[in-house]
Amino acid sequence: MNFQQMILTLQQFWSAQNCILVQPYDTEKGAGTMNPMTFLRSLGPEPWKVAYVEPSRRPSDGRYGENPNRLYQHHQFQVIIKPSPDNIQELYLDSLKALGVDPLLHDIRFVEDNWENPSLGCAGLGWEVWLDGMEITQFTYFQQVGGIETSPVAVEITYGMERLASYIQEKENVFDLEWVGGMTYGDVFHQPEVEHSTYTFEVSDVKMLFTLFNTYEEEARRAMEQHLVFPAYDYVLKCSHTFNLLDARGAISVTERTGFITRVRNLARTVAATYLEEREKLGFPLLKKEGADLV
Amino acid sequence: MSKDILFEIGLEEVPARFIRAAMEQLKDRTVKWLEASRISHSGVSAYATPRRLTVLVKDAAEKQEDISEEVKGPSRKIALDASGEWSKAALGFARSQGVSPEQFTFKELAGVEYIYATKNSDGVNTSSLLSEGLSGIVSAMTFPKNMRWGAYDFKFVRPIRWLVALFGQEVIDLEITGVKAGNVSRGHRFLGTEAVISEPAEYVETMRSQHVLVDVKEREELILSQINKLAEEKGWTIAIKEDLLEEVLFLVETPTVLFGTFDAAFLNIPQDVLITSMREHQRYFPVFDAAGALLPFFVTVRNGNAESLDVIAKGNEKVLRARLSDAKFFYEEDQKLEISDALAKLENIVYHEELGSVGDKVRRIRAVADRLAVKLGLSEKAAAEASRTADICKFDLVTQMVNEFSELQGTMGEDYARKAGESEAVARGIFEHYQPRFAGDAVPASEVGLVVSLADKIDTIVGCFSIGIIPTGSQDPYALRRQAAGIVQMVLEHKLTVSLQEIFDAALEVHENLRTEKPFAPDLRINLYEFFGLRVKRLLSDNVRYDVVDAVIAAGFDDIVAVVGRSRALMDTVNNQADFKITVDSLTRVSNLAAKAAEGTAVVPSLLKEEAERKLYETWQAIHAPYQEALRARNAEEALRILSGLKDAVTGFFDSVMVMADDEQIRANRLALLAGIDADSKAFADFGKLVW
Repeated sequence: MNFQQMILTLQQFWSAQNCILVQPYDTEKGAGTMNPMTFLRSLGPEPWKVAYVEPSRRPSDGRYGENPNRLYQHHQFQVIIKPSPDNIQELYLDSLKALGVDPLLHDIRFVEDNWENPSLGCAGLGWEVWLDGMEITQFTYFQQVGGIETSPVAVEITYGMERLASYIQEKENVFDLEWVGGMTYGDVFHQPEVEHSTYTFEVSDVKMLFTLFNTYEEEARRAMEQHLVFPAYDYVLKCSHTFNLLDARGAISVTERTGFITRVRNLARTVAATYLEEREKLGFPLLKKEGADLV
Repeated sequence: MSKDILFEIGLEEVPARFIRAAMEQLKDRTVKWLEASRISHSGVSAYATPRRLTVLVKDAAEKQEDISEEVKGPSRKIALDASGEWSKAALGFARSQGVSPEQFTFKELAGVEYIYATKNSDGVNTSSLLSEGLSGIVSAMTFPKNMRWGAYDFKFVRPIRWLVALFGQEVIDLEITGVKAGNVSRGHRFLGTEAVISEPAEYVETMRSQHVLVDVKEREELILSQINKLAEEKGWTIAIKEDLLEEVLFLVETPTVLFGTFDAAFLNIPQDVLITSMREHQRYFPVFDAAGALLPFFVTVRNGNAESLDVIAKGNEKVLRARLSDAKFFYEEDQKLEISDALAKLENIVYHEELGSVGDKVRRIRAVADRLAVKLGLSEKAAAEASRTADICKFDLVTQMVNEFSELQGTMGEDYARKAGESEAVARGIFEHYQPRFAGDAVPASEVGLVVSLADKIDTIVGCFSIGIIPTGSQDPYALRRQAAGIVQMVLEHKLTVSLQEIFDAALEVHENLRTEKPFAPDLRINLYEFFGLRVKRLLSDNVRYDVVDAVIAAGFDDIVAVVGRSRALMDTVNNQADFKITVDSLTRVSNLAAKAAEGTAVVPSLLKEEAERKLYETWQAIHAPYQEALRARNAEEALRILSGLKDAVTGFFDSVMVMADDEQIRANRLALLAGIDADSKAFADFGKLVW
């Protein structure tokens, strides 16, 4: 099964579970969790079901396209369901079967892994799912998002698409994966990997990045003052990515690091709290959405 | 009449590290509930897998035990009015106890007659109690980490997905977070199906047929026997670390052991790195040959049957290959790092906000180590090696390998330092300066490692105490207790001549010199001494009676080797010398009177009038020097033997001499004599603390 078919299969599968299929969000981010479709929507009492592919940028993981497993940008397939359904593990295992993984022929385990994203004030409990010893999925019950206790609890399933594909296609090197008929992952992504690594580690303008961080932070704050949650959150994401670039460049000392993370977290907390207020003002509209599949 | 009770909590995969304790907790709570509910039974068994916690109660009575209870009421005088009728008080008592006055009996208690009501309550049917009882047990369970799920406001270790609750064949009516109890359990996630448990006694076998071995012991034995069989077939030694076995045991419901291999070229990486990677990342058991050399194989346990083990082995090999490639990459990259560059990076790592960077810490370790090297009389060469070791002891903290596996700190430092051309003593010293790393770990073997280890640990302790970080209760985030215990252990095992105060001084001076703004927290030295006192006390208490410990500690523990010696000698004498109590009593008597002596009064021999007091004085004078010499030489047995030699003279003194003489001068002189003896005796122990 090529990469493209895997994405299509998962979309099909979760679509059949009444998930809304949205497209990748257009602001740089380190993980699918940071997509507002997850970060914001997992807050509050309204039900929610969504699935999407998220290209996730981790500047410090860039390896100039030379490492068979590490990437500047990788792909997550993200599913969020709130409240978490009783049969969520079975659904997940069915999705693996849809990808051609027969559990009887493999060793599949749920190994404790508690997830935290301190810069967004998020914490959850769950597992990493192992397929014959390889971590292919992060499976998390959100307990806290943006510093706010979740209620009801959303479950997040994050498939590591490259890992899963390298297993399914039996490839050692991520760049040898087949994306679609005759086109490899390398054909599509190798050049950007090399260039982004070069940019991140050697070229990026540190001074400009520091300026950008401050500018984005300020703009996020300004938007928040107007209770413009979504625009404000976009700037939080930009802050976070800019911080990652600075960090990868080695421009942030260990002492400063905590300070930057705290600044992003404070913004994220304000955004989360304001999002809840705004939804409440709207009367939590999705609670009343009778007849919608997601309810 | 009795029936078995079965209660199975079906869960999403519980973290392996919590399961055994959770199983025991469920059992304990069940046993306590049965007792409190007066339900007799013939035993409770507990079972657990990643997906279930179960208790099975054998032969639970169908009815609670009846109880008959007598309740004391008012006295007869109050209960009966003048006309012999029941008083208001008596009628009220009857109402409150739910009995009629005719059922009262009279009984005398301490000469007064009281009325008594006998309350009989018939036991109710067990089945009517189980629903609430079992729900209560589940709600009361606690875990190191709890979670919520779905829309329920209920916390548990992982989501509850099914419940089996049976009393005999009868299903107990019970519902938790929307899950209704029934008689249907779930088998192995992939090999099994749902299965009806027709009655509790069938549970273990029904689950076995569903490919779930619920019995923990049985599962463990099966894993071990499979590993041993494999080891025998292949001629391998498979290292089974207890905590890894425990984790694996609770990751599987049907265990099947398999092995895989990796490229022998990876064996160029230090063995510890490979083992750590296999254990920590992948939960594999490493494989060795008869001589103890690592072989390019690993052993793992699958949660399932023997189907397609080759596919699973291949998958695991692929993962391990990627892991070991990373390790190899780190190892090679790390060797490109110059030690001096690594040291420069330490300046940017915060050790503690108020105690500076790791670079600052390293400078302190160096300064403390240099002072200790002088105190311990290291040769010039060894002292120089200790200085170098101290300078670079933390450089590996910035290597990629230690970043990935923090438990390899020191191990990597040693390896990289050797490769970078450092002397053998320095390379080894880097590893050793972390020792002892845990209770029961070895102390540094070399004096270089020893000095740097002492310096590192006392710097941490003094640093933390100086800014008010002092362990209390379960709060000890910097593991200061372990480090203090490490220092004590090192002093003892190496029989160091350095005293605790000298060790404190070395670190205190350095902190004072390098400190700019903040003053030390108050009572720093006292707090340090008391803190170490508790460690010494704890150490002694392992082998010595508490009163003996208290007695010798009262004589000081600045010299740890000496206090341990004194404790052993005293314990030995107390145990084996029948008349030792007489010695102790006489020394205690000396001590009690000595307290009355004016301080600093010397004995004037010419004032000793009576023969017994002259005899005591002479005996004391004769033993004083050799006794002190024995103490100095840390020969506690000899010192105690000499001190015991005073016994007859002291007894003789008290038999015939009146200490509190009318003549003030004579009295003072006698007290001074006793005070002198007491001072000597208290240099060994405060014998008054001994308990007979």
